[in-house]
Amino acid sequence: MMSLESIPIQAFLIVSSALFCIGIWGLLNSRNAVRVLMSIELMLNAVNINLMAFSSYVDNNLIQGQVFTIFVITVAAAEAAVGLAILLSLYRNRVTVDMESFNLLKW
Amino acid sequence: MSIAITTQIICFTVLSLVILIGALGVVLLESIVYSAFLLGGVFMSVAGLYLLLNASFVAAAQVLVYVGAVNVLIIFAIMLVNKKEDLKPINDIKSRRIISTSICLTLLSLLIRVDLTNVWSLSSPQNSIGEESTIRIGEHLFSDYLLPFEVASVLLLMAMIGAIVLARRDVMNKDISTGLPVDQELIEKSSEPLLTNKN
Repeated sequence: MMSLESIPIQAFLIVSSALFCIGIWGLLNSRNAVRVLMSIELMLNAVNINLMAFSSYVDNNLIQGQVFTIFVITVAAAEAAVGLAILLSLYRNRVTVDMESFNLLKW
Repeated sequence: MSIAITTQIICFTVLSLVILIGALGVVLLESIVYSAFLLGGVFMSVAGLYLLLNASFVAAAQVLVYVGAVNVLIIFAIMLVNKKEDLKPINDIKSRRIISTSICLTLLSLLIRVDLTNVWSLSSPQNSIGEESTIRIGEHLFSDYLLPFEVASVLLLMAMIGAIVLARRDVMNKDISTGLPVDQELIEKSSEPLLTNKN
Protein backbone atom coordinates (compact mmCIF):
# COMPACT_ATOMS: atom_id res chain seq x y z
CA MET A 1 0.00 0.00 0.00
CA MET A 2 1.35 3.37 -0.90
CA SER A 3 1.95 5.76 1.91
CA LEU A 4 -0.25 8.81 2.16
CA GLU A 5 0.61 12.27 3.30
CA SER A 6 -2.96 12.97 4.35
CA ILE A 7 -6.47 11.70 3.72
CA PRO A 8 -7.32 12.23 0.03
CA ILE A 9 -9.93 14.88 -0.67
CA GLN A 10 -11.93 12.31 -2.65
CA ALA A 11 -12.76 10.46 0.58
CA PHE A 12 -14.45 13.54 2.02
CA LEU A 13 -16.25 14.23 -1.26
CA ILE A 14 -17.58 10.67 -1.47
CA VAL A 15 -18.88 10.79 2.10
CA SER A 16 -20.64 14.08 1.40
CA SER A 17 -22.10 12.78 -1.88
CA ALA A 18 -23.50 9.72 -0.13
CA LEU A 19 -24.92 11.85 2.67
CA PHE A 20 -26.55 14.18 0.14
CA CYS A 21 -28.17 11.29 -1.72
CA ILE A 22 -29.45 9.76 1.52
CA GLY A 23 -30.96 13.16 2.31
CA ILE A 24 -32.67 13.36 -1.07
CA TRP A 25 -34.03 9.84 -0.67
CA GLY A 26 -35.44 10.71 2.72
CA LEU A 27 -36.91 13.93 1.39
CA LEU A 28 -38.71 12.10 -1.40
CA ASN A 29 -39.88 9.09 0.58
CA SER A 30 -40.78 10.28 4.08
CA ARG A 31 -44.40 10.66 5.02
CA ASN A 32 -43.72 12.32 8.36
CA ALA A 33 -43.16 16.06 7.95
CA VAL A 34 -40.60 16.15 10.77
CA ARG A 35 -38.53 13.54 8.96
CA VAL A 36 -38.59 15.71 5.83
CA LEU A 37 -37.06 18.53 7.84
CA MET A 38 -34.42 16.15 9.18
CA SER A 39 -33.56 15.09 5.62
CA ILE A 40 -33.10 18.72 4.65
CA GLU A 41 -30.69 19.12 7.56
CA LEU A 42 -28.76 16.06 6.34
CA MET A 43 -28.44 17.59 2.88
CA LEU A 44 -27.22 20.90 4.32
CA ASN A 45 -24.62 19.00 6.33
CA ALA A 46 -23.42 17.22 3.20
CA VAL A 47 -22.93 20.58 1.51
CA ASN A 48 -21.04 21.81 4.57
CA ILE A 49 -18.67 18.83 4.48
CA ASN A 50 -18.00 19.60 0.82
CA LEU A 51 -17.26 23.26 1.53
CA MET A 52 -15.00 22.40 4.44
CA ALA A 53 -13.05 19.81 2.44
CA PHE A 54 -12.45 22.26 -0.39
CA SER A 55 -11.48 25.03 1.99
CA SER A 56 -8.95 22.76 3.66
CA TYR A 57 -7.44 21.19 0.53
CA VAL A 58 -7.78 23.80 -2.21
CA ASP A 59 -7.87 27.10 -0.34
CA ASN A 60 -5.97 26.32 2.82
CA ASN A 61 -4.57 29.79 3.38
CA LEU A 62 -7.63 32.01 2.92
CA ILE A 63 -10.19 29.38 4.10
CA GLN A 64 -13.17 31.17 2.58
CA GLY A 65 -15.04 27.85 2.62
CA GLN A 66 -15.15 27.93 6.40
CA VAL A 67 -16.79 31.36 6.29
CA PHE A 68 -19.35 30.01 3.86
CA THR A 69 -19.98 27.09 6.21
CA ILE A 70 -20.68 29.52 9.03
CA PHE A 71 -23.27 31.27 6.85
CA VAL A 72 -24.84 27.95 5.82
CA ILE A 73 -25.13 26.96 9.49
CA THR A 74 -26.84 30.31 10.20
CA VAL A 75 -29.33 29.88 7.38
CA ALA A 76 -29.96 26.26 8.43
CA ALA A 77 -30.81 27.35 11.95
CA ALA A 78 -33.25 29.97 10.64
CA GLU A 79 -34.74 27.42 8.24
CA ALA A 80 -35.26 24.87 11.00
CA ALA A 81 -37.02 27.41 13.23
CA VAL A 82 -39.37 28.65 10.51
CA GLY A 83 -39.95 25.13 9.15
CA LEU A 84 -40.96 23.75 12.50
CA ALA A 85 -43.23 26.75 13.13
CA ILE A 86 -44.94 26.08 9.78
CA LEU A 87 -45.21 22.42 10.76
CA LEU A 88 -46.91 23.28 14.05
CA SER A 89 -49.31 25.61 12.28
CA LEU A 90 -50.11 22.90 9.72
CA TYR A 91 -50.63 20.35 12.48
CA ARG A 92 -53.05 22.69 14.20
CA ASN A 93 -55.14 23.00 11.06
CA ARG A 94 -54.93 19.47 9.69
CA VAL A 95 -54.34 17.35 12.86
CA THR A 96 -51.81 15.24 11.00
CA VAL A 97 -48.17 15.33 9.97
CA ASP A 98 -48.69 13.08 6.95
CA MET A 99 -47.11 14.71 3.90
CA GLU A 100 -49.74 13.15 1.62
CA SER A 101 -52.53 15.10 3.28
CA PHE A 102 -50.96 18.51 2.67
CA ASN A 103 -52.38 18.91 -0.82
CA LEU A 104 -54.06 22.29 -0.60
CA LEU A 105 -52.03 23.75 -3.45
CA LYS A 106 -52.52 20.75 -5.73
CA TRP A 107 -54.88 21.35 -8.60
CA MET B 1 -2.09 18.57 11.45
CA SER B 2 0.18 16.88 13.91
CA ILE B 3 -1.71 13.60 14.27
CA ALA B 4 -0.15 10.58 12.56
CA ILE B 5 -1.69 9.59 9.26
CA THR B 6 -2.79 6.17 10.55
CA THR B 7 -4.72 7.77 13.37
CA GLN B 8 -6.30 10.19 10.91
CA ILE B 9 -7.42 7.37 8.64
CA ILE B 10 -8.89 5.41 11.54
CA CYS B 11 -10.75 8.49 12.82
CA PHE B 12 -12.00 9.32 9.34
CA THR B 13 -13.26 5.77 8.72
CA VAL B 14 -15.08 5.55 12.04
CA LEU B 15 -16.64 9.02 11.62
CA SER B 16 -17.78 8.38 8.06
CA LEU B 17 -19.29 5.04 9.00
CA VAL B 18 -21.18 6.68 11.86
CA ILE B 19 -22.35 9.46 9.51
CA LEU B 20 -23.57 7.15 6.76
CA ILE B 21 -25.16 4.49 8.97
CA GLY B 22 -26.71 7.17 11.16
CA ALA B 23 -28.10 9.00 8.13
CA LEU B 24 -29.59 5.76 6.81
CA GLY B 25 -31.14 5.23 10.22
CA VAL B 26 -32.58 8.74 10.18
CA VAL B 27 -34.44 8.13 6.94
CA LEU B 28 -35.29 4.44 7.39
CA LEU B 29 -36.22 3.86 11.03
CA GLU B 30 -39.88 3.57 11.93
CA SER B 31 -39.75 5.54 15.15
CA ILE B 32 -39.26 9.26 14.60
CA VAL B 33 -37.74 9.68 18.07
CA TYR B 34 -34.90 7.29 17.27
CA SER B 35 -34.38 9.22 14.05
CA ALA B 36 -34.03 12.48 15.95
CA PHE B 37 -31.43 11.09 18.32
CA LEU B 38 -29.50 9.45 15.48
CA LEU B 39 -29.54 12.83 13.75
CA GLY B 40 -27.75 14.26 16.78
CA GLY B 41 -25.10 11.56 16.41
CA VAL B 42 -24.68 12.39 12.73
CA PHE B 43 -24.20 16.08 13.58
CA MET B 44 -21.57 15.23 16.20
CA SER B 45 -19.67 13.04 13.73
CA VAL B 46 -19.74 15.81 11.13
CA ALA B 47 -18.19 18.06 13.77
CA GLY B 48 -15.50 15.39 14.20
CA LEU B 49 -14.80 15.52 10.46
CA TYR B 50 -14.38 19.28 10.74
CA LEU B 51 -11.82 18.75 13.49
CA LEU B 52 -9.92 16.42 11.14
CA LEU B 53 -9.93 19.27 8.62
CA ASN B 54 -8.25 21.70 11.08
CA ALA B 55 -11.39 23.73 11.65
CA SER B 56 -11.97 23.85 15.37
CA PHE B 57 -14.15 26.97 15.30
CA VAL B 58 -16.59 25.57 12.74
CA ALA B 59 -16.68 22.27 14.65
CA ALA B 60 -17.65 24.14 17.81
CA ALA B 61 -20.28 26.13 15.90
CA GLN B 62 -21.63 22.89 14.43
CA VAL B 63 -22.00 21.31 17.87
CA LEU B 64 -23.55 24.44 19.38
CA VAL B 65 -25.97 25.26 16.58
CA TYR B 66 -26.92 21.86 15.20
CA VAL B 67 -26.82 19.63 18.25
CA GLY B 68 -27.67 22.33 20.74
CA ALA B 69 -30.35 24.20 18.86
CA VAL B 70 -31.65 22.49 15.73
CA ASN B 71 -31.76 18.98 17.14
CA VAL B 72 -33.38 20.10 20.38
CA LEU B 73 -35.92 22.06 18.33
CA ILE B 74 -36.71 18.96 16.26
CA ILE B 75 -37.15 16.88 19.41
CA PHE B 76 -39.51 19.52 20.80
CA ALA B 77 -41.52 19.48 17.58
CA ILE B 78 -41.74 15.69 17.74
CA MET B 79 -42.97 15.96 21.30
CA LEU B 80 -45.65 18.45 20.24
CA VAL B 81 -46.95 16.61 17.18
CA ASN B 82 -46.24 13.01 18.14
CA LYS B 83 -49.59 11.32 17.79
CA LYS B 84 -50.14 7.75 16.73
CA GLU B 85 -51.97 7.83 13.46
CA ASP B 86 -52.64 5.24 10.83
CA LEU B 87 -51.38 6.57 7.54
CA LYS B 88 -53.62 6.16 4.57
CA PRO B 89 -52.11 3.75 2.07
CA ILE B 90 -50.97 5.22 -1.22
CA ASN B 91 -51.88 3.13 -4.22
CA ASP B 92 -48.74 3.54 -6.34
CA ILE B 93 -46.22 3.56 -3.49
CA LYS B 94 -44.13 0.79 -5.01
CA SER B 95 -43.44 2.49 -8.34
CA ARG B 96 -42.78 5.73 -6.50
CA ARG B 97 -40.19 4.01 -4.31
CA ILE B 98 -38.51 2.42 -7.31
CA ILE B 99 -38.34 5.68 -9.25
CA SER B 100 -37.01 7.73 -6.35
CA THR B 101 -34.44 5.12 -5.37
CA SER B 102 -33.15 4.83 -8.93
CA ILE B 103 -32.93 8.62 -9.20
CA CYS B 104 -30.92 8.78 -5.97
CA LEU B 105 -28.59 5.96 -7.02
CA THR B 106 -28.03 7.58 -10.40
CA LEU B 107 -27.21 10.89 -8.79
CA LEU B 108 -24.89 9.15 -6.34
CA SER B 109 -22.98 7.37 -9.09
CA LEU B 110 -22.72 10.60 -11.08
CA LEU B 111 -21.38 12.51 -8.07
CA ILE B 112 -18.89 9.78 -7.16
CA ARG B 113 -17.68 9.63 -10.73
CA VAL B 114 -17.08 13.37 -10.71
CA ASP B 115 -15.34 13.12 -7.34
CA LEU B 116 -12.97 10.42 -8.55
CA THR B 117 -12.22 11.48 -12.11
CA ASN B 118 -11.83 15.22 -11.73
CA VAL B 119 -8.31 16.47 -11.11
CA TRP B 120 -8.51 18.84 -8.17
CA SER B 121 -5.96 21.63 -8.10
CA LEU B 122 -4.82 21.09 -4.55
CA SER B 123 -2.69 23.73 -2.94
CA SER B 124 0.49 22.78 -1.18
CA PRO B 125 0.14 22.06 2.52
CA GLN B 126 3.11 24.32 3.31
CA ASN B 127 1.13 27.56 3.31
CA SER B 128 -1.74 26.01 5.22
CA ILE B 129 -3.01 28.25 7.97
CA GLY B 130 -3.59 25.27 10.27
CA GLU B 131 -4.85 26.03 13.71
CA GLU B 132 -4.93 29.78 13.08
CA SER B 133 -8.19 29.41 11.20
CA THR B 134 -10.31 31.08 13.87
CA ILE B 135 -8.31 34.30 13.50
CA ARG B 136 -8.66 34.16 9.72
CA ILE B 137 -12.43 33.60 9.96
CA GLY B 138 -12.70 36.66 12.20
CA GLU B 139 -10.74 38.73 9.70
CA HIS B 140 -13.00 37.56 6.88
CA LEU B 141 -16.19 38.26 8.81
CA PHE B 142 -15.17 41.83 9.57
CA SER B 143 -13.58 42.76 6.27
CA ASP B 144 -14.69 41.21 2.98
CA TYR B 145 -17.71 39.30 4.32
CA LEU B 146 -19.02 42.16 6.45
CA LEU B 147 -22.21 42.69 4.44
CA PRO B 148 -23.27 39.00 4.47
CA PHE B 149 -22.49 38.92 8.18
CA GLU B 150 -24.84 41.83 8.86
CA VAL B 151 -27.50 40.44 6.52
CA ALA B 152 -27.30 37.15 8.43
CA SER B 153 -28.13 38.97 11.64
CA VAL B 154 -31.18 40.54 9.99
CA LEU B 155 -32.13 37.09 8.66
CA LEU B 156 -31.95 35.60 12.15
CA LEU B 157 -34.14 38.38 13.51
CA MET B 158 -36.68 37.84 10.73
CA ALA B 159 -36.67 34.09 11.30
CA MET B 160 -37.23 34.59 15.02
CA ILE B 161 -40.18 36.93 14.53
CA GLY B 162 -41.56 34.77 11.73
CA ALA B 163 -41.40 31.63 13.83
CA ILE B 164 -43.22 33.35 16.69
CA VAL B 165 -45.95 34.68 14.38
CA LEU B 166 -46.42 31.34 12.62
CA ALA B 167 -46.53 29.23 15.75
CA ARG B 168 -48.82 31.57 17.68
CA ARG B 169 -52.35 30.36 18.15
CA ASP B 170 -54.37 33.58 18.44
CA VAL B 171 -53.24 35.48 15.38
CA MET B 172 -56.75 35.89 14.07
CA ASN B 173 -59.86 35.10 16.01
CA LYS B 174 -62.14 35.46 13.02
CA ASP B 175 -62.09 33.61 9.77
CA ILE B 176 -61.24 36.05 7.00
CA SER B 177 -63.74 34.77 4.44
CA THR B 178 -66.73 33.82 6.57
CA GLY B 179 -66.37 36.09 9.60
CA LEU B 180 -67.14 33.22 11.94
CA PRO B 181 -65.00 32.82 15.05
CA VAL B 182 -62.11 30.48 14.45
CA ASP B 183 -61.89 27.29 16.47
CA GLN B 184 -59.02 27.95 18.86
CA GLU B 185 -59.28 24.76 20.86
CA LEU B 186 -56.36 22.59 21.76
CA ILE B 187 -55.35 20.21 19.05
CA GLU B 188 -56.12 16.72 20.23
CA LYS B 189 -59.84 16.93 20.82
CA SER B 190 -60.43 13.22 21.05
CA SER B 191 -58.00 12.61 23.89
CA GLU B 192 -58.99 12.84 27.52
CA PRO B 193 -57.33 15.58 29.56
CA LEU B 194 -54.67 14.06 31.74
CA LEU B 195 -55.84 15.08 35.19
CA THR B 196 -59.61 14.57 34.94
CA ASN B 197 -59.89 11.00 36.15
CA LYS B 198 -58.10 11.75 39.40
CA ASN B 199 -61.18 12.98 41.22
